[in-house]
Amino acid sequence: MLLASLPFYPLISFILLIVFAKRLSWHVASFISVGAMAIAALVSMRLVLELSAMPDSVMTANLWHWFNLVTKQGSSDVNMSFYLDGLSAVMICVVTGIGFLIHLFAAAYMKDDANFTRFMAYMNLFIVAMLVLVLADNLVLLYLGWEGVGLCSFLLIGFWYHEKANVLAARKAFIVTRIGDTSMAIGLLLLFNSFGQLNIEALSSLLQQIGSSGTGFSTEQLNDIYWIALLLLGGAVGKSAQLPLQTWLPDAMAGPTPVSALIHAATMVTAGVYLIARMHHLFMFSPEVMTYVAWLGAITLLLAGFAALAQTDIKRVLAYSTMSQIGYMMLALGAGAWSAGVFHLMTHAFFKALLFLTAGAVILALHHQQDLFKMGGLLKKLPVESALFVVGLVCLMALPGTSGFFSKEAIIAQLWSSNTAGPALWWCAIIGAFITSIYSCRLFFLAFLGNKRYRTGLVVEKANLMRSALVVLAMLSLFGGLISLDLSQVFQSARASISFENEPSWLHSVAIATPFFGILFAWYYFKNYRLTKGQDDYVLSASTHSFAVFCRNGLGFDSLYKRLFILPYTWLAKLNRNDIVDKTLMSSAWYIGLWHDVMTMIQNGSLRWYLAAFGLSILVLVGVTIL
Amino acid sequence: MTAIPLFHVLVLSSLLFTIGFTGVVARKNTLFILMSLEVMLNAVGVAFIGAGSAWQQADGQVMFILILTLAAAEVAVGLALLIRMQKKYRSLDIDLLNKMKG
Amino acid sequence: MTLTFIMVTLFIAGILSWVCENRWRGSAKWCALLVLTLLATVFCIFVVTANHNFESLTVLSRVSWIDTFNIEYSIGLDQLSIVLIALTWLLAIICVLVSWQEIKHKAGFYYFNLLATIAGIIGVFVAVDMFLFFFFWEVMLLPMTAIIAIWGHENRHFAALKFFIFTQVSSLLMLVAIIATGYFHLLQTGELSFYYLDWLSLNLPLSLSQYLMIGFFIAFAVKLPSVPVHSWLPDAHTQAPTAGSVLLAGVLLKTGAYGLIRFVIFLFPEASAQFAPIAATLAVVSIVYGAKMAFAQHDFKRLVAYSSISHMGFVMLALFAFNDIAFQGAIVTMIAHGLSSAALFSLAGMIYQRIHSRSLADMGGFWQSAPRMGGFALVFAGAAFGLPGLANFIGEFFSLIGAFQTLPIFAVIAAFGLIGSAIYGMVLFQTSFQGLAKQEIIDLAPRELMICSTLFLMLLVIGLYPSLLLKFSFGA
Repeated sequence: MLLASLPFYPLISFILLIVFAKRLSWHVASFISVGAMAIAALVSMRLVLELSAMPDSVMTANLWHWFNLVTKQGSSDVNMSFYLDGLSAVMICVVTGIGFLIHLFAAAYMKDDANFTRFMAYMNLFIVAMLVLVLADNLVLLYLGWEGVGLCSFLLIGFWYHEKANVLAARKAFIVTRIGDTSMAIGLLLLFNSFGQLNIEALSSLLQQIGSSGTGFSTEQLNDIYWIALLLLGGAVGKSAQLPLQTWLPDAMAGPTPVSALIHAATMVTAGVYLIARMHHLFMFSPEVMTYVAWLGAITLLLAGFAALAQTDIKRVLAYSTMSQIGYMMLALGAGAWSAGVFHLMTHAFFKALLFLTAGAVILALHHQQDLFKMGGLLKKLPVESALFVVGLVCLMALPGTSGFFSKEAIIAQLWSSNTAGPALWWCAIIGAFITSIYSCRLFFLAFLGNKRYRTGLVVEKANLMRSALVVLAMLSLFGGLISLDLSQVFQSARASISFENEPSWLHSVAIATPFFGILFAWYYFKNYRLTKGQDDYVLSASTHSFAVFCRNGLGFDSLYKRLFILPYTWLAKLNRNDIVDKTLMSSAWYIGLWHDVMTMIQNGSLRWYLAAFGLSILVLVGVTIL
Repeated sequence: MTAIPLFHVLVLSSLLFTIGFTGVVARKNTLFILMSLEVMLNAVGVAFIGAGSAWQQADGQVMFILILTLAAAEVAVGLALLIRMQKKYRSLDIDLLNKMKG
Repeated sequence: MTLTFIMVTLFIAGILSWVCENRWRGSAKWCALLVLTLLATVFCIFVVTANHNFESLTVLSRVSWIDTFNIEYSIGLDQLSIVLIALTWLLAIICVLVSWQEIKHKAGFYYFNLLATIAGIIGVFVAVDMFLFFFFWEVMLLPMTAIIAIWGHENRHFAALKFFIFTQVSSLLMLVAIIATGYFHLLQTGELSFYYLDWLSLNLPLSLSQYLMIGFFIAFAVKLPSVPVHSWLPDAHTQAPTAGSVLLAGVLLKTGAYGLIRFVIFLFPEASAQFAPIAATLAVVSIVYGAKMAFAQHDFKRLVAYSSISHMGFVMLALFAFNDIAFQGAIVTMIAHGLSSAALFSLAGMIYQRIHSRSLADMGGFWQSAPRMGGFALVFAGAAFGLPGLANFIGEFFSLIGAFQTLPIFAVIAAFGLIGSAIYGMVLFQTSFQGLAKQEIIDLAPRELMICSTLFLMLLVIGLYPSLLLKFSFGA
């Protein structure tokens, strides 16, 4: 019962806020929305406790019958029902817990916005969709949440819709993820066609049953599994902003900062990771796709790292770092390190939410200045924010002892000897970690050290609500690694693929040392970012080297896609605006019209013409008769 | 007296007819059109006379009388219309009468 | 008997409101609304209390009409037609409500035409005799043409003429097919018959039935519409008054789908199975082409019109996939599209009343001044691009999952229509409601709020609880 009610707390809040809209004062609106989230968070805690007490660690709740699909092989029920196991328990805790803190922050951050209630309503709806996504017991319900999340992110990115750029960013986010969604939808079609099942549990037991039976899978079925896994990966890639559908994420930073924290760091982008982890039964039977997942993750984490190095906007740095961290998760999933991937998902949610929200606080203090090269020297002016930001960065760099360390090490440790990954990917991960610490340091130096480069005075608000949310997040980021995440029951069938036999002993020391090398490198390389120069109005500008610009623009993917897809599509659309088929059909009308004109011309009312025609015709007739 | 061959009569008649027809088609003035019509009628009359003499029958001459009467009647009606037209349009241009234009 | 009563009453009420309008200005709409509500109630009571379950076609009355040709007046109902008639009632009432302030000129005659069209549509759904079916098919066409031609927008005469000629030419083919089938019935059984149930037992060779099937198919494909004979639709929908567009998109297109089900697939199962690849190709082309064309439009109503082509492509694809899931999907898509396109056209009408333009270039930023309207616009656009939780998603999902079983490649290409629909949905919503506010408009009035929320609730209920529709077998 408790499980079934979980998404309804934010849903009720959403409905209340939307219906009463501007009639609610800030106090009432924030009380409703944040209160609903608090209840949801408490309920999830309670659920997790209940779940851990259960022997088989699975809870289900059936809301109502949605529809069933009848085929010749039998019928498959698709219900509005929720399924809670270790994996979804982690997810609901992250979604409601982090969601609650972000709501708390947002209530203070957005206080002065004219459409505050609308904003909070969207945030609540987003949580509803995300909860449905992670709790769904079948893939259709998951798809409902999946699309719902997409819609909410569209609304929130375009929240300040008066600006053209935001509108376009929202459109881009929606359409790019929609491409992934379509791939996923086709995957579902194929899945249902091959296995006649859309229920996740029933599907996994079916797969296990076939896999462990004497005959195993037929070649045809294996081929189907390959394609299904690939298509689902397409969906995951879209939502999680991985190559090749990653382009929407940096632009999505157009939304208000709490949105970036909630959607593009802590929860929505992890949906793809969740999907793969949830469908691990299927992916396991297709090692090729697992390898693709790992390679996609690795390439994304490197490319995003490079892009992050060149950004000038504080939020875009964080956006690319999100992309790169999700690359780690994908890498983990591809390597078969399921729990490590999910663990990193959780810790990443902690510190990325912290980073985004702190960045939000800094941006607010600087009158919505997001350019790193117009910050500088904030360490002294905003000590609390700086400290919180450092905590976040330290976790991002995975320095020993922080939550990021535990999860990232867990991933890296399992890469070398995984069947579907291997040393090459291990090196990618290490290089990624190196780059991560470099861009983190660069970000810190630019924003908090060096000269003061902003003109306006600082707005230092003593917003306790914001601070308290940030402090809790900081605590979680620092000590979240100590949470023991036991997902062995969820992934029990999946552990066999990694063997720890043939790995060299120096692996761990290299992995631990890498971030420090990165810091050391950045310390000297970005010297002029961190040192204070004598003159007061010192101007620092970003590198204009063509490679830096290339990296800053997202490694050219945007312009490539523009050339490859957008321009041809719009060109084709423009070309054919008047509908060539219509024109072809209407040419028959033109033909009839032509005859009409000819006939009218003949009927000119001039007697002499008639007579001439008469005479001529007789001549012709006579001629014809004679000949 | 040698008889004129029928062929020559017919050539003369068709020549006259063509001249009359050309007149009807080419002239704009209604009076001239009426006159050309007379020429055409007379051309037919010549053909009848010629044919009647060739076959030694009276029918041809009977037909000629008929045509003559018809022509007289036609001219009477035609001239009456001509006068009406002159009164109404102050012109005898036949092309003014194109109300039937489609 | 009741059905006959309903149709006759609709005609009489049409004349009545015409007369009333001449005597008391502004009374026609009340008259029409009252009659429609009453008759809808009568119909519901009749269906609920009838002691049939309507699982198969139940003939309700059968009277001889033209004896010489053995033509009868015979009407009947089954679950398919009941559901479609229910949709017709709902949209008919909405039509009256959306015309409430829009139609001022010749209002009496307008409501006469509206009610006559509705009577024709109901006749199409209930006719069991093929000649009667054709009769109602024409009855429905004429007043609709009048509605477009008299109360339409600037280019109305052209659009009405185009609509009329397209449907007329195609229905001529159907007439030929009807007469030919009747004649073959005569050859086979020695008796001329236009009775549908007689035809069902007819056993024609495939070489013959495929030509007859084509005759029916073309007529219904034009009505549906399918590429390449779709081009009357954008013009007619754009130029028609709001209620005309609602009725056209909401119900008239459904008569095409209904015809496909009843007179193509049920009547000539083998011939249509053989024809399926061609029909599926047309369907897929319609889906993708419609979505692409919708994206290119600058006119709000034209965009929605092209999106209708795309959606009806799903119906056709599903119907020619020949399995139960797809068939259910086709019917849910029909209903869902009826609701969602009606909603979008009503919205277009509401915007037109406020800014007197249909051009997207004149719109923008309406959300600021009309948040309720914006919310509904988003939801209806969402329905159009298949947002799960709304009715269209169920329809498209069922259609695709069913079509995938028999026509996998077609289903995959059709799924790309989902991307196209997201693109035009975004363009529609964002250019009209987001961006910089070009002008302020008034938010929804209570009457408009009622229209929008009714349609929204219907979409939501079917989307979340589709068993309401899916529990019917529709004679599959």
